[in-house]
Amino acid sequence: MKYKAMIGLEMHCEISETNTKVFSSAANNYSDTPNTSVRPVDMAFPGTLPVVNKEAVKKALMASIILGCKQPEYMYFERKNYYYPDLPKGFQLTQETPPAPVGLGGKVEFECDGKKKEVRIFNLHLEEDAAKSEHEGRISKIDYNRAGVPLLELVIYPDLNSADEAVAFLEHMLQIYRYAGISEADTRKGQVRCDVNVSIMDENLDSNNPKNWGTKVEIKNVNSLGGVRDAINYEIERQSELKEQGRYEEVEQETRRWDEDTMSTIHMRSKVDAIDYKYFVEPNIPKIKISKEWLEEIKKDIPKLAHERKEEYINKYGISNYDATILIKEKKVADFYEETIKKGADPKSASNWITTNLLGHLGKLEITMDDITLTPTMLADMIKMIEKGDISSKQGKEVFQDILTSGKTPEEVVKEKGLKQMSDSKEIVKIANEVLDENPNTIDQYKKGRTNVVDFLVGQIMKKTKGQANPTIARQTMQEEIEKR
Amino acid sequence: MTYMDKGLKEIHKALKEGKITSKELIKESLEKSHKLQEECNAFVTILDDAKEKEVTDDILSGIPYGVKDNYSTKGVLSTGSSNTLKDYVPFFTATAIENLEKHGAIMVNKTVMDEFGMGGTGTTGHTGTVLNPWDKTRMCAGSSSGSAAAVAAGVYPYATGSDTGDSIRKPAAYCGIVGYKPTYGMISRYGLFPFASSLDHCGVLTRSVEDAAIVTDGMKGLDKNDMTSWDSSNINLYESLNGNVKGKKLCYVKEICDIANYPDADDELKQHLKNFMDTLEKAKKLGIEIEEVSVNQTLLNAQPSVYVVISCAEATSNMSNLTGFIFGPRAEGDKYDIEMKNYRTKGFSPLIKRRFVIGSYVLQAQNKDRYFHNAQRVRRLLVDRWNELFEKYDAVILPVGTGPAKKLEGASNILDKQTQTLEDHLQIGNFGGFPSITIPNGFVNDVPVGLNITGKCYDDANVLNIAYAIESTMNYSGQIAKEVK
Repeated sequence: MKYKAMIGLEMHCEISETNTKVFSSAANNYSDTPNTSVRPVDMAFPGTLPVVNKEAVKKALMASIILGCKQPEYMYFERKNYYYPDLPKGFQLTQETPPAPVGLGGKVEFECDGKKKEVRIFNLHLEEDAAKSEHEGRISKIDYNRAGVPLLELVIYPDLNSADEAVAFLEHMLQIYRYAGISEADTRKGQVRCDVNVSIMDENLDSNNPKNWGTKVEIKNVNSLGGVRDAINYEIERQSELKEQGRYEEVEQETRRWDEDTMSTIHMRSKVDAIDYKYFVEPNIPKIKISKEWLEEIKKDIPKLAHERKEEYINKYGISNYDATILIKEKKVADFYEETIKKGADPKSASNWITTNLLGHLGKLEITMDDITLTPTMLADMIKMIEKGDISSKQGKEVFQDILTSGKTPEEVVKEKGLKQMSDSKEIVKIANEVLDENPNTIDQYKKGRTNVVDFLVGQIMKKTKGQANPTIARQTMQEEIEKR
Repeated sequence: MTYMDKGLKEIHKALKEGKITSKELIKESLEKSHKLQEECNAFVTILDDAKEKEVTDDILSGIPYGVKDNYSTKGVLSTGSSNTLKDYVPFFTATAIENLEKHGAIMVNKTVMDEFGMGGTGTTGHTGTVLNPWDKTRMCAGSSSGSAAAVAAGVYPYATGSDTGDSIRKPAAYCGIVGYKPTYGMISRYGLFPFASSLDHCGVLTRSVEDAAIVTDGMKGLDKNDMTSWDSSNINLYESLNGNVKGKKLCYVKEICDIANYPDADDELKQHLKNFMDTLEKAKKLGIEIEEVSVNQTLLNAQPSVYVVISCAEATSNMSNLTGFIFGPRAEGDKYDIEMKNYRTKGFSPLIKRRFVIGSYVLQAQNKDRYFHNAQRVRRLLVDRWNELFEKYDAVILPVGTGPAKKLEGASNILDKQTQTLEDHLQIGNFGGFPSITIPNGFVNDVPVGLNITGKCYDDANVLNIAYAIESTMNYSGQIAKEVK
């Protein structure tokens, strides 16, 4: 391609891990039955006032610290004034004008296709979500459960150059929010929404010189990572085509929206029609001093993040880079892994069982970690049974399938299926000799050098014991016993 | 024998001694309400079904009172005297009212105000003009017009008010009663329909300083629903009244009080300022030191515009929740924005719309620094200057307005420019959140005038005690309006 894309993002992610909304005592779970998590302030009844949720502020500060932003001396909010039916107050509480934002500056480093990439942060702010409107034909419905849900908006400089990079960046951010216990960051629940801005410029020109930059087009409300990818690619192509045709002046500084149905971006408004939001400081919330002590406390409370866990898995547990990457991809999986080790499982075995069996089954059954009844204790118990030789690893796989979603413990399954492995050598010696007695011709064949008859004989032991004999002991015993003949 | 025209302690004593019952008090108050409604149009709602309450040791128990119609009252129409809320019945009660109810107080009516507190005339409420019970050709001033008229007429010993510029303290002066707004945040604003949040105060209109102290004790307190409220549990205003003011220091501002500043002064203004100076002499006899101070005239001249800019800016945002979607009479229209426009165009009076235009104008990106931010800067300068005075003096004492209540028709505007600061200086009390009380200061042309005492934040007990002592040098405490014409 002759053109280089410059892509910036405004990433909105709901803080889902607080009990209540950001300025209201209503529960923060907007996927509940519509209009059940609502207090008078969420519908802006006259005389209601915002009360800051300290937990939300803490989570926002935590994100700011993790991203290496500068924290302000005081926490306060501004009103962004505009009229819309899903905005009951007629303004949104946010942090627009410096030094209001909870985070200023900072950098995010992430990997895309194995290459390290860095983007600069413009700011991070804590704000409230609007209500959710649903349009059905001529009827519009509003769900106020979402009104006042805490929202973190991260604004970055246009340091991204491709749709892939944008998606990798977003995935990295979502992982941070999940690991830090800030948000589930579930795109399917609509917790993540992005505004994307895209411009193109000649590839051979210096991108550090603003004179070379192209016209910036903003695309609003892209609600999935796939959407972000498609919207960026669409927009790059649209702008490149116009440029190619010598019609670049038709690219105007405008706001467009991503339309899922037509897979295209559609003009919303031009720069000249930009809304004046008349920002001013919310007078009902006194400035809250952010003390150094508080920041230190929050710093201490930051949970181990994905990259820290990955390093630990590799260095402490000897897990391969490949497997460690799989383990940390989803926080719930990493948590499950660590818990399984805590319950006494060998770290390598636990990693193998999780990366191959557990994730394999989830994929096959199209279920998530939330749908399984398997607990780390169960998996650890099962791994220990195999280690002790109580069951074979083949039996283990059978047991695993059964304990995944049935709610049963490994002990119960082993008992039910009569899977207990026979490791008693005296018993196996007895059975080995029974087998030899029943197949006298094999002894001859063995003596003549056809040592592979042992495989057949071990098979017979397994058959006789319904697979419960420890295969290693069975083989060893058979070898010894046939030699004795 | 009537009781509603007496002071709280006397009524309480009669209740305790069984000379009168709570039920009889309600009956008397309701009868007077209906009579005053015919004469002065003071009420939006009269609660004919008000129920008596048990008389306890609490001075407020079993005694009727009035509530300004911008306090949210559960199950009782609360209109803010606006057509936009003409049918609004809230489902929650303002904290200040809830506190009074806990003390056993009995709400018997909701009083007319200037629409949403915007206006100082008592002529802009949706139910019509409130007339001054002393002289029906004059206005009550506002915005707590109905509350002032009703207390002055002896309908009950007190009514709640709200004060953004002088909305308690000016109508109190014009009706010959006491009007007090305590330090910002002493009384929770939760449930008070906002006008300009950084200036809005809850407060009370009574016929004596003592009653103002008792009622405020009953209304105040930390409220988890109002972040600007503060814990005043260690302050008991009523018990702090001892009349001992020896050695207290007051000052008055030369640029506001000196008759030489007003070359075109009419007789009413001359008499008003003479009353003021006479009272200062009486105060000195109590052992209070009084000095004249000077404040920069340019700073004083800027004060009324500062108020207009800040109050209009906040108001236009605060009232953006009035769209008719969630509450209020929903307007016609085939699209949401048309509905909203119709609701607001038809619902608000021209005065309010004018203020919204000003508010929007001063907040626009290109005007914000010049108007809104500069207004905030001058507000800070004025507050700093007043705080400087409070370092040396216990309080600032000043006359209220340019004389008695204005005539409803044919009021002369000749003096407006010269006397603007004299008319509007009470707003400085709102700029700083200072405790500020107006008490009657005699008569001009047989209609009442008032004076104001304003002190530093959190020094409410001191301010009230000074007012209590000065009140004792005159005979206006407890006076009931006698119609002069």
